[in-house]
Amino acid sequence: MTARPTPAQTAGPFLSLGLDWALGPCVVDPAAAGAIGIGGTVLDGRGDPVADGLVETWQADGAGGVAEPGPPRAGRFRGFGRCLTDAAGRWEIVTVKPGPLPAPGGGVEAPHLDVAVFARGLLDHLVTRIYFGDEEAANAGDPVLRSLPDDRARATLVAEAVGGGYRLDIHLQGPDETVFFRV
Amino acid sequence: MSVSDEAQGAQGCHPPYAWPEYGSTRWRAPQRPLAVLPRNLTEVTGPLLGADRVGKGDDDLTRQHAGEPLGQRIVVHGRVLDGAGRPVPDTLVEVWQANAAGRYRHAGDERDSAPLDPNFSGAGRTLTDAHGRYRFVTIKPGAYPWANHANAWRPAHIHFSVFGRAFTERLVTQMYFPDDPLFPYDPIFGSVPEAARPRLVARFDLDATEPGWALGFQWDIVVGGRRPTPLERPAP
Repeated sequence: MTARPTPAQTAGPFLSLGLDWALGPCVVDPAAAGAIGIGGTVLDGRGDPVADGLVETWQADGAGGVAEPGPPRAGRFRGFGRCLTDAAGRWEIVTVKPGPLPAPGGGVEAPHLDVAVFARGLLDHLVTRIYFGDEEAANAGDPVLRSLPDDRARATLVAEAVGGGYRLDIHLQGPDETVFFRV
Repeated sequence: MSVSDEAQGAQGCHPPYAWPEYGSTRWRAPQRPLAVLPRNLTEVTGPLLGADRVGKGDDDLTRQHAGEPLGQRIVVHGRVLDGAGRPVPDTLVEVWQANAAGRYRHAGDERDSAPLDPNFSGAGRTLTDAHGRYRFVTIKPGAYPWANHANAWRPAHIHFSVFGRAFTERLVTQMYFPDDPLFPYDPIFGSVPEAARPRLVARFDLDATEPGWALGFQWDIVVGGRRPTPLERPAP
């Protein structure tokens, strides 16, 4: 039996009513060992901030462990963050840097987060990834980064190490348009 | 159902990003082709969001204040299913909506032609049960005008957010009500391929209607709709 999938619709300008929650940006306790900030600004095709958006993240833990599907259980690594963008389009989560993950064919995926962007004007959410600028060797071997057409595209996914955290702007359009994925 | 029907069902349902009739897409829809993301570990797993995110009464939007909200009381229920038709149990469902007058309790909804309701916040959460079932009690949201084009009105809708079992199954969408006369004029509803639009519309459900109290509507949500991937080849 197959079921016909439900189409997506935009989250609209008032998504904060339903999708905001306490400590959403805290994937880990900010006081936890290895806690880092990862954030940036979401910008539209005119370079204006997207002030009514939401960024969600999903990632492996520091050792490359990923929560398996199944019933929720206390103590499991949650791996999920969500942060509304502010009036300047900024968002930031507090998390740990994920470990590398095995890829099919014996390869290794460099440390990364999967990212979903929701906003008015996005009929379906956008999916992208965040890699880490201080993981040059791992990034060079990452099969997803290698599959992209050129260095411009790859650079849109690599966060810069800044002051103990990482920063990456998400450009919905324009010369610096972020690489977005079909899933 | 033929194989091609299945493929159409799985691949032909989501709206495009660029949709000129919906003005907000103009500066926000990506212009470059989407890249293909393989389904590796990060994509086939997803957050396990449990009962710690759902408080008592979060599934009844009519009882979150001292008094009852104005409007037609309704029960909205259904199941969260995966693409194989299997229920997704214990999964978070989030909703938000306008009040009966078509006004959102949000600082960005500054329209003074419709009142706020002091007894209605318009947001709810619940978990599906072991059979993938969810149920909310709320009031029917009103249609509301918006600035997209001349005399533009959104059909009544409830925003839904579900997670499924994997990051790639994440789905945020809107549930509509049967026979809304605004459907032909709404560019957001109309952004979905015509054959898939009925899947956004709830069914009036007399069996879920509670005598003397609330109208029932039934709406199943199926996650896992794949975005079309023209260059994709079948897995070896």
